[in-house]
Amino acid sequence: MVQQDLQLNDGSRVAVIGGGPAGSFFSFFLLDIARRIDLDIHVDIYEPRDFSRPGPIGCNMCGGIISESLVQMLAAEGLILPLTVVQRGIDSYTLHMDVGSVRIDTPVAEKRIAAVTRGPGPRDLKEIKWDSFDGYLQKLAMEMGACVINKRVREITWEDGAPSGAGRPWLRAGKDFSDAYDLLVFATGVNAAAQNLLRNLDTAYESPQTTKTFIQEYFLGEKVIAEALGSSMHVFLLDIPRLEFAAIIPKGDYVTVCLLGEDVDQELVNEFLNTPEVKACFPPGWSPEGKSCCCSPRINVTGARHPYGDRFVFVGDCGVTRLYKDGIGAAYRTAKAAATTAVLQGISAESFAEHYYPACRRIENDNLIGRFVFFVTGQIQRRRFTRRAVLRMTEHEQTADPRTRQMSMVLWDTFTGSAPYKEILLRTFGPRFIAQLLGNIAISLTTRQRPESYANEAQGGQSAVIKER
Amino acid sequence: MGAGELGRAFADGEVIIREGDVGDCMFVIQNGQAEVIIGSGTGEVQLNVLGPGAFFGEMAVFERDVRSATVRALGEARVITVDKRNFMRRVHEDPALAFRLVETMSNRIRKLTQRIAELENLCEE
Repeated sequence: MVQQDLQLNDGSRVAVIGGGPAGSFFSFFLLDIARRIDLDIHVDIYEPRDFSRPGPIGCNMCGGIISESLVQMLAAEGLILPLTVVQRGIDSYTLHMDVGSVRIDTPVAEKRIAAVTRGPGPRDLKEIKWDSFDGYLQKLAMEMGACVINKRVREITWEDGAPSGAGRPWLRAGKDFSDAYDLLVFATGVNAAAQNLLRNLDTAYESPQTTKTFIQEYFLGEKVIAEALGSSMHVFLLDIPRLEFAAIIPKGDYVTVCLLGEDVDQELVNEFLNTPEVKACFPPGWSPEGKSCCCSPRINVTGARHPYGDRFVFVGDCGVTRLYKDGIGAAYRTAKAAATTAVLQGISAESFAEHYYPACRRIENDNLIGRFVFFVTGQIQRRRFTRRAVLRMTEHEQTADPRTRQMSMVLWDTFTGSAPYKEILLRTFGPRFIAQLLGNIAISLTTRQRPESYANEAQGGQSAVIKER
Repeated sequence: MGAGELGRAFADGEVIIREGDVGDCMFVIQNGQAEVIIGSGTGEVQLNVLGPGAFFGEMAVFERDVRSATVRALGEARVITVDKRNFMRRVHEDPALAFRLVETMSNRIRKLTQRIAELENLCEE
């Protein structure tokens, strides 16, 4: 049941705090759905960053991967990522371990993962060749009718000091700007000091728990990247203490190095960058010292508690996001669920609880399974015989029918974030998968070296085994 | 294909889906054009020409039937595949994802109805 005073009507005003993907997706879909039911809503996006400027001032600090599933869903929404934004289409990933490397191609042999930068590029960028992904989404929202206000929000209070939800939220931004809104949407991510804005709102919101990641950019040039890394995302499962996962993502003129782990610091980063597996991905003479830009953004390890209330809702990272992967995909899902709820169901806490929160809960529940999936991945990472078994099984699959490539698909979906963790886990329960994995573990325990003939055979497959150590 | 291009490239005249084939995905045109045709050889009839952002093959997502028409590239075209399972999972979570499909399909029915009426008028004349 929609409460009459807690729904959006003609002339309602919505403030979106944060103009990253979650804020822009929310604005775009809110205005799109409102247009479909002939509702005239005004949307202001408050975003102090200028996405046309290179370096930290125009960057939202992220690896910059648009997952396979999100690329497909955006296409289904009619949103075609332009060539001015996608720096590289990814058609495969290469898994590197100390025991060897294997390349796994996209299931339908097409480029369905997009490598982008959130701003136009790193701080030493000399020529802007590609547009910012966040800027592109913001432009879509503006074309749909949203207004962007380049001011930082300073304070939020309830209108006339009324108790929570009784009046409208009143927002102050910049030096002298203030306005009242019917709905406040927080899309501030977890790296902004959004908590300070909530102190006058008396909400039950508890921000997500986070961990630190590490992102570093290197200039190599388009030609060198094409030769050294190709259109493959390079993923590393190395037995380095505290390191959970690492990837090298080829972009336009730069490559992005992303590290996830426990207390990621410069020492861990250096240890990773100096491994032979990483150095082999870069051209001869490359030095880890020559970085262009780096940052240590925080990412969620849990979702927020109570990410909604009367007249306000949290979307994207400051609400709930997927564990370690596909943060932009989660921003799309939560933003759209919140926008659909606000237009069609209302803006009360009850409406958000009933119609928006289930979308968050689905992601949260899947993250619990994700934790187990990453625990198992960690166990594989720490044992040489399991690493060899995974490599061997994956290598064998590359010469087989693509539909039977079970380990390849499990790894693909785990590392690209293309499928829910539940689906990935269920696939590993299949008797054929278990039998093949146990067989490969047995062989890995009993043999030291792979027969040379197999190595040659594997080279002829659709996906290449790069080498085995 | 440029480094930033997504999907799969088709040459001019290359068939993307063929009438009568079994399908389990739909497609969205990223770049270029594709023509929808029915029949073959001299009996071939062009039903529609689709441009960037347009989708086709959606019937295979909703029905368990063969492709109802052939779609081939008109000039060089780039097309992205949308998996049935991935799409249906998202529609289950977010029925609003189907708004655009329903809108486009409704628009196509309107055009076809108009065309049938025109053809009936021609026959009567």
